[in-house]
Amino acid sequence: MTTGLTVNDLSFHYGAKQALDDVVFDVAPGTFCALLGPNGAGKSTLIALLTRLLVAPQGEITVAGHDMRRESRRALGKLGVVFQQSTLDLNLSVRQNLAYFAALQGLPKSEIPGRIDAALDQLDMRHRAEEKARDLNGGHRRRTELARSLIHDPHVLLLDEPTVGLDAASRQGITDHVHDLARTGLCVLWTTHLTDEVRDGDDLVVLHKGRIIHRGTAGAARGDQTLSDWFLSRTGEVA
Amino acid sequence: MTGTFRVANAIIAREFLRFVHQRERFIAALVRPLVWLLIFAAGFRAALGLSIIPPYQTYITYETYIVPGLCAMVLLFNGMQSSLSLVYDREMGSMRLLLTSPFPRWWLLICRLFGATIISVLQVYTFLAIAAAFGITMPTWGYLAVLPSLILGGLMLGGLGLVLSSFIKQLENFAGVMNFVIFPMFFMSSALYPLWKMAESSPLLRDICALNPFTYAVELIRFSLYLQVNWTALAWVVGSTFVFCALAIWGYDPARGLMKRKT
Repeated sequence: MTTGLTVNDLSFHYGAKQALDDVVFDVAPGTFCALLGPNGAGKSTLIALLTRLLVAPQGEITVAGHDMRRESRRALGKLGVVFQQSTLDLNLSVRQNLAYFAALQGLPKSEIPGRIDAALDQLDMRHRAEEKARDLNGGHRRRTELARSLIHDPHVLLLDEPTVGLDAASRQGITDHVHDLARTGLCVLWTTHLTDEVRDGDDLVVLHKGRIIHRGTAGAARGDQTLSDWFLSRTGEVA
Repeated sequence: MTGTFRVANAIIAREFLRFVHQRERFIAALVRPLVWLLIFAAGFRAALGLSIIPPYQTYITYETYIVPGLCAMVLLFNGMQSSLSLVYDREMGSMRLLLTSPFPRWWLLICRLFGATIISVLQVYTFLAIAAAFGITMPTWGYLAVLPSLILGGLMLGGLGLVLSSFIKQLENFAGVMNFVIFPMFFMSSALYPLWKMAESSPLLRDICALNPFTYAVELIRFSLYLQVNWTALAWVVGSTFVFCALAIWGYDPARGLMKRKT
């Protein structure tokens, strides 16, 4: 039994349209795994399945050893998620947003303030805790969402194109921070279509037209080429 | 407090905060029934003769007659408004946060329904207080006796809103549904005129009104305000609440319904 993330024989279709076809991969604890795929590859569908927004008729997902179908409550409890689309309530303060999420996770009331402070400290956001989410810029909103996803000490962290719409500095900051989190033992699955967010030592899973077409480390995959050129040669699409 | 109740508390508290941040919604929810009560009813009073029907034991003014219907109207509009905000949440992504909580999805939906219902009931009491200030009063104990009926009616109509929100793909589709749900439900009910009056014009329409769950929410509230129980209405409202909640839970099931079409 792994404490990371495993996906086995996962297939999903919207009506007649096959979105995912026999997807198999795993991410070990302490690993930053980049799930690279062009737009329409099936990344968002995969994230929806991993977070149980959808349930696949076929296949198996295990989070920290808990089967998403049979033990969905435990599996979801071990999962931290940053969705592509912002899920902050803009009318609430940073602290209120985190407190709401902590309660949704069922954390004891007495622990919530301490956990919020610790999560915000990690992202250097504590000084903004009382500000409304509406008043934050895009980068700080993302950091708030990242802090929120860590509040319940998840074993697996899913991030669905978390840098979309951010400026270069914010992108770099978020990417660096999540790589650091992986080094502390967290299992990270980071979906993206931007090759410059992937480092040579990262695990790489390439999803194309609903199928996994490559698994390995990014450095070994690209060889002497840039990852972008290698990706183009494999998919025929610019990353 | 266990995690299950903490999550309920958080969802209900968030509904309150959302409500506090939307003062325009509160004012609109009050202005609507007050316009009906203070303007429409004044003009309509002479046109509609009312006989003595239960629960009334004497002749009443038309304003008095439509108060229960307008209470239900507040619940109806709020139920639909709440479902509209669910569709908005889904489009804006915040619904995902709720649905990826490790607690059972049905419990999360029921908590949200309760939160919305509590706010609806507070609005009804504000409306009743303003109506009383204009001299349109109910029996004193009726204000307390009506509370369970308001909660039940709010749950039923909020449940209907949940069902609609689970099957509506986009916000743009919502306006059409409002027209096809809110107005028919309201006008084909006993909110503005008793069903025997409707039967004088069209027995068929009267029969349709008699199949409208909203009619029974209105009657349940009407009888409660006069310290009586309308058992038929109670059975209809309880039954409809169960059916709507079951349909909503089915609609939000991750293996089918809403999310399968829209991720």
